[in-house]
Order: sequence, then structure tokens, then C-alpha cells
Amino acid sequence: MSATSLTALAAQLKAKQVSSRELAQQYLDRIAALNPSINAFITLDTEKTLLEAAAADALIAAGQAGPLIGVPIAHKDIFCTDGWLTTCGSKMLHNFVAPYDAHVIQQFKAAGMPSLGKTNMDEFAMGSSNETSYFGAVKNPWNTAYVPGGSSGGAAACVAARMAPAATGTDTGGSIRQPAALCGITGLKPTYGLVSRYGMIAFASSLDQAGPMAPSAEDCALLLNVMTGFDPKDSTCLERDKEDYTRDLDKPLSGLRVGLPKEFFAEGLNNEVAAAVEAAVSELKKLGATTVEISLANSKLAIPVYYVLAPAEASSNLSRFDGVRYGYRAPEYGNLDDMYCKTRAQGFGAEVKRRILIGAYVLSHGYYDAYYLQAQKIRRLIAEDFNAAFKTCDVILGPTAPGTAFKLGEKSDDPVEMYLNDLYTIPANLAGLPGMSLPCGFDGKGLPIGLQLVGDYFSEAKMLNVAHQYQRVTDWHTRQPEGLK
Amino acid sequence: MKWETVIGLEVHTQLATRSKIFSGSSTAFGAAPNTQASAVDIALPGVLPVLNKSAVECAIKFGLAIGATLNRINVFDRKNYFYPDLPKGYQISQLAKPIVEGGALTIQVGDSERTINLTRAHMEEDAGKSLHEDFHGMSGIDLNRAGTPLLEIVSEPEMRSSAEAVAYARALHTLVTWIGICDGNMQEGSFRVDANVSVRPVGQAEFGTRREIKNLNSFKFLQQAIDYEVRWQIETLEDGGRIEQATVLFDPDSGETRMMRSKEDAHDYRYFPDPDLLPVKLDEDWIEQVRATLPELPAAMQARFQSEYGVSPYDAAVLTGSRALADYFEAAAKACGQGKLAANWVMGELSAALNKADLGIEQSPVSAAHLGALIARIHDGTLSGKLAKQVFEGLWEGAGEVDAIIEARGLKQMSDSGELEKIIDEVMAANAKSVEEFRSGKEKAFNALVGQVMKASKGKANPAQVNESLRKKLTG
Repeated sequence: MSATSLTALAAQLKAKQVSSRELAQQYLDRIAALNPSINAFITLDTEKTLLEAAAADALIAAGQAGPLIGVPIAHKDIFCTDGWLTTCGSKMLHNFVAPYDAHVIQQFKAAGMPSLGKTNMDEFAMGSSNETSYFGAVKNPWNTAYVPGGSSGGAAACVAARMAPAATGTDTGGSIRQPAALCGITGLKPTYGLVSRYGMIAFASSLDQAGPMAPSAEDCALLLNVMTGFDPKDSTCLERDKEDYTRDLDKPLSGLRVGLPKEFFAEGLNNEVAAAVEAAVSELKKLGATTVEISLANSKLAIPVYYVLAPAEASSNLSRFDGVRYGYRAPEYGNLDDMYCKTRAQGFGAEVKRRILIGAYVLSHGYYDAYYLQAQKIRRLIAEDFNAAFKTCDVILGPTAPGTAFKLGEKSDDPVEMYLNDLYTIPANLAGLPGMSLPCGFDGKGLPIGLQLVGDYFSEAKMLNVAHQYQRVTDWHTRQPEGLK
Repeated sequence: MKWETVIGLEVHTQLATRSKIFSGSSTAFGAAPNTQASAVDIALPGVLPVLNKSAVECAIKFGLAIGATLNRINVFDRKNYFYPDLPKGYQISQLAKPIVEGGALTIQVGDSERTINLTRAHMEEDAGKSLHEDFHGMSGIDLNRAGTPLLEIVSEPEMRSSAEAVAYARALHTLVTWIGICDGNMQEGSFRVDANVSVRPVGQAEFGTRREIKNLNSFKFLQQAIDYEVRWQIETLEDGGRIEQATVLFDPDSGETRMMRSKEDAHDYRYFPDPDLLPVKLDEDWIEQVRATLPELPAAMQARFQSEYGVSPYDAAVLTGSRALADYFEAAAKACGQGKLAANWVMGELSAALNKADLGIEQSPVSAAHLGALIARIHDGTLSGKLAKQVFEGLWEGAGEVDAIIEARGLKQMSDSGELEKIIDEVMAANAKSVEEFRSGKEKAFNALVGQVMKASKGKANPAQVNESLRKKLTG
């Protein structure tokens, strides 16, 4: 399958050069061929996919064509999908068939986009390598000995391997951007509150945000048009007018002020990544952008702050998985407490349990002020750094991750080393700002390198504009892994 | 040693909203198990809470009614603990910033009035119910109640007897039903009382160690539970024992309290602000809109009843025992223009009849208009008190309008003085002995003669007129 953009696919569908059913079948065939070695999908349901595609064909035939009607998409297994197994990558939900659609799923269904399947992910979105999934690690399509990043590792890998033209992801501390970087695709985490969280299984409610993952920025803009929209079922969803995120794609970049945070180009950053990001900066300058050095001084505290707040929220969000009403329940237990203990001990993996314990600890009596409240204060300082920076620049640019993909198993015994992977992505989640990753090169091992853009609140159209202009003059985003043809 | 009792109450009132506090499910009582539990109520993965505005308005009404401070910024917190009837594994409540702080309630105990200060009132969601019978060694869970809005109302520890605690609970019950935020149905759990009870030697400044009696669902049990608990605590202390902080349950069958859990078992609820809900801001316009929907409150109405209808403070308190009773009284008083008489009738004959028939004022077979018309006929002399009772019976039976009953049953007071003179003459003639005794100075004989005249008139004679005419004839 060629690197066909969503725009091109939609045009082919509208011109009746291909039916949605045929297109879906092509992707399903490729999934059947490649997924055994990549493990990007947890659940496939060919029958359902083809039924949805046939329904899209009927709509196209009836002339009810939306921009992406009939284009198939893969959904992260964190989104409840009516009638589909929805596991969140956990044994705890290994048998949970969702009885309703997440708002994001509703939006894609309403746009006539068939679902190709549910993608693999770190368990409850907790991880940066997709190795914590109960359903096994996802392999990086560029080299299957390497991780794809996480938590939306299945989504990134299936797009990189062209098993799907696009995928949904979610990002709590970098879970869209870091796997997008490690797999060489484009991914965007919108401003917090832009996309409804209803039906998206919560990890850390104040940080979680769904977003699109696809080869290009243009694709992401089209997908974002579908995903966003006010949902009264999510109290944190913002009531704003619908925007067209493709509107500024073709604007020239002359006069664009790109902020380069000095802290993001300091110690800890891989040299090859630094060089690729700096080369990208040169490209943008050629397009008329200027650069300005900025400081995000408190972002060095982002990881400790995140690993107080996210586990605190997670420890509470995951309490509903108690074996009482749905999901996994231990087969044998003595009494109620024993049922809870055994169910949760057996149903959750090690990383999830680690974060529940950290979260319960920082919220407990006597520690709340020292950890949770203190972290909230620093969170505000981190946001204030960004506010100050956006007075002197239009968009912030830096590396998405400190390095490229690492080997499976390389960091799984060292949680802190693993956590450092999200060093550059977490600050945007803490501040609620939009962030995106786009491919900007390869390292000596042939593994993709990602570039991160962070914009001011609701500046997605501008970020997509910058990314699209960059992608017009570069071809990193069109490259495909050689070994998978 | 003399002991003083210290009581503070925590009352869970179910707010009378149509739907739940964070979901659109119905709150109606008595539906088949789990038929009123939506995806949000059973806490499916991915669901989110959305605050019900009318629950907040109920809380605002309450705050305004007790003269409390309304926190302009409201934050919801999660109270984390595991229990099968708590689907999310946490209860959404308010810890640091309750919507209502302070305020006070005036209570009447016997003839004296006391003001009880409130600490706070906060919004939270109710849990479901665990059903331990009928499942052969297993438990059933009914989540219909899960998510029902509650206002937890906490008093200061200012009550000093079970009688005061009951008076406070009753006054609170009156108020929440009066302003329409709670249906007050205690059997269905709409108004549940927890009592914190401690004792201390009279004169000691510090409080004793308290024990909390959970979930009392009648005023009678509240009184019995506190009385038992106070006796138990005093006995324990006098026997040289110590009171350990604990939560206890009251068993109505044995009349005793028993330990549920000690302080050592207390949960660490790991409260933190719920990130799924934004802080709720109460702006002045909204508060004023809610204030405009408040009815006249019991305290204001009591004062007005005293000044407008001349009833005593005690009567005014009784008559404002519920909004329905107060409305009934006022309608009857207006219909006859005789406030004091109306108060006597409402609190006397009518209340007795309703009690006997086990009816509430809302179900009274005698309307306020009819009672007013009856009282008007007493006042204009048409009816004696005794005849009026017979008319009242007619009204109770649904025999028609007051004047029609008087006419049909011939209950009009005798107004023809000639007829009365004749009866008096006959009675004097037939009771010569009594006449003799009266004339020789035995005043008691007069009453016997009055009785005879009333009897001969079949009760229709006007007693005052009988008195006057009889005395004139005996002495004249």
C-alpha cells in the first residue's frame, strides 16, 4: 500500500475509484499480513469493519459525503466502542465488551469512518514503550527489536506500518507524541478540553486528552475536525464554536517566531536527535521563520510533579475496577476484602500497581499537603512559564523525546529511566497546552526522530500550519519502513 | 458526679430533584432493583459526572433559609473507599469548600427557645444499597439510589439532651420540607440522622470522647438511641472505664447501641478535588433568583401569626409545624376573621380527629374554608361550642356546607327568648328543691339548674342567655 494521504483516499472514494469496503479490505489484508509481527491490534472484527464500510458506501452512493466518509481508522483500545471488546490493555478488562460509544467514537461514526479495530496500548495508558500491555508488547515497524513508544504504541505502529491510514490516540504525558516520534508519524495532542473525554477510560482526568495520529499534519487537521466538538457529558469539555483546522495549512511562515527552550536542548538529549531538530529549525528559517531563545525554567520539575499528580488521579480513577460489576474477578476468594485484593492483584500489571500505590500514598493523610498540593502549585508555575514564553514567540519547538526508540526490555526494569522519556512532553499536559510531534529525520540505526511543537491554548491551526509547511519541503513523514512491504 | 450530655447531629437529607446529582437517571423511590441506574451510576469505564443544577439550587435555598454563608466557589472532592454499593470506589462529596457554612436554627423545647448553630452543609451523592437477604449466602447490589443527591447538614455540638436533639431534628425536618428541598420521608431514607454523643462532668470545659450513632430513621429511635447511649457512657465512666471513639448502630428491638467500628478501623479517605468536575461559582444573580423562590419561612410566619392573629408564641410554633398545617390555619383564620378561635380549633378538635383517623393535614376531610365558616357561626352566636362539635362531625362526614348541616340537623342555637323563658319556668317548677337550695345560698344548685335547662333545650339554648335569664328569675 502506498503512502496515501487521507485527502487522496477521500478523493478516490468520492470519485468511486475504490469503495469503502474495498479500502477497508485492503487494510484488513495488510493487518492480517503484518500484525502477527507488530502486534499493533488487540481486537479485530472483520465483519463489523466491513459492515461499517458498506454503510459508508451506501451513504456515498446516496450523495451524503462528508470530507472523510468511507476512510477507515483504527481506534486505541482506551475508547469504549459499542459491541467491541474494550480492554485498555489490561487483564482487568480482558472480557469487557463496551455497551456504548465514547464521544470520539461517535464523532468518527457520524463522519462515516469505519473502524479497523482496537489498537494495543500500555495497560491503562501507563507506559512509554507499550511493554506494559497485558496483550503483549507492540514492536516498532522500523525495527521489530525496538519499542514503538507508548502508551499509544499500537496506534503509532499501525499507522507507521500503513496497516491503517490514521488512528486515534490519547496523551496524558506524551502518549500520542512520543510513540509518533519513535514510529516516524505525526500526532497531535489538542488543548485540554477540546475533545470530549466521555467514554475514554480515564487514567489522569486533568491531563488526559485524545488526539489524531496519522502520517501527516494535513491528515491530523482533517481528523481533528472530526474529533473536536462540545459534549455536554464531559464537564471539562469546552463549549466553543467548531473550527476548521485545515484553514491555515497553506499560510506562509514568514514572520513566525519560533521559541527554542534552552532547557530542552541541554544535558540528556541525544546528539543525533539534537542535530535533526536543529536541521528542522534551519528549514523553518528558510521558510521565513525567526527563532527566539526562551526559558521554561520550571519544566525540569515536570516529571516529579507529573508522577505525583497522575498517579494520584489514577489511584482513584482505577478504583472502579473492583471485580464487582464487570471485568476480571479472581476465581477464588474468601470474603469481600479478599475478593478485592485478589482481583486487583491479579487483574492489574506491575506498572499500574506501582502507580496506584504511589497515588494512594501521595493522597494519604499527612502526605497530601507535602506531595499533592505542592505538585499542584508547581504545575501552575510550569503553566506560567509557558504563558510568559508565548509573549515572545508563536510556537515552541524542541525534541519530542530525548532519544530514538530503545530496545524491547532495555528500560522495563528501570521505571525512572523509562519515565525520563516523557521529559519534554509532560510540561504541555501539565499546562493543558496543545502539543504535536512530527518526523524530522532518522538516527544512524535508521530509527525515526521526532520534533515537537507546543502551541498556545487553541492554537492548533497555527501548529498544523507550521507542521504542514515543514512537511511540504521535507519528506520524512512519507518514508515507510523498508522491511514491511 | 453530675454529668452533662453533649450532642451534635449530622443529617443526610435526600434532595427532591427529579434526576440524580451527576446523571440523568430518575431518583424515584421503589423501582425494581437497578432499573434506575445508568452507565454513569454503575460507573462503567469512561463515564463522567455532570452536575445537576437543581441540586445546587436546593443547597442554596437551605443556606438562605438558615442565614448561612454561601461559599461562592464550590469544589467537589472525591472520598475514596471500597464498598460494593459504591460503584466508582469513591463518593463525590465536598470537603474543604462546602456550599453552606454557618447558619442557625431556632428550636422549641417545652416553653423555652434555643438557637442551635450549624457548622456546615455540603452536597454529595448517595451510595447504592447492599441487600443481604434472599441471595443464599451472597449479597445483592441495588444501585437505584446510587447518585441520589444528598445535603449533609452538620450541627455544632450544642444540644444537651435527647429532647433538644429531637427538637432540632424536627425543626430541621420541618424546614427542609417547608422549603421543598426534601420530601422528608424517613421510612424511605430521605432524612437520616447520625448523632454524635458524648458526656462530661458538669463544669468541665473539654468535650468527652464521642461515639457516633449511625443512620437513625425516626425521631423515636433518635431519642431512644441517645438515651441509651448516654446511660451507657455514664455507667462505663462511673465504673472506671474509658470511652473509645467509635461508630455504633442502634438496634430498635433491643433498644441498645452496639459497636460497628472503632477509631482504629477508620478509613483514610484520601480526599482530593475531583478532576472531572470544575469548581462551581455561585454568582449573586443566581442566588437572588433562588431567594425569590423561597416561601415565607417558619420563623417569620410564627412572628406574623402572633401579631396578625393574636395567637400565643407556643401556638404559633405548633401551627408552623409544617407548611401544610400553617397554610391550613391561615386559610381558616382568614375565612372567619377569628385567629385565636381558629388556632384552638385547628390544634384541638381538628388535630384530634386527624390523629384518631391517622390522617395528615393534607388529607383532612374538613377543608379550611369549611372550618372557617363553622367558626364564623360560633362567633356570631348561631352555634354553641357543643353544637359546633356536632356540625364539625357533619363536615367530617362530608354532609355538606356548614349552614346546610345546621339547618338539616336543627342545630341552631335558640334565639327566641319566649321559648327559653318557658323552658326555664318548666325547669324551675320541676326542680323546686334546687331552686330552694339556691335561694338559701347554695350557689352550686345554680349550675345544676343551668344543666337542666340546657338539657331540656336539647343543647340549643345559648348558655350565656340561660345564665342571665335563670339568675334573673331566681333572684327576681
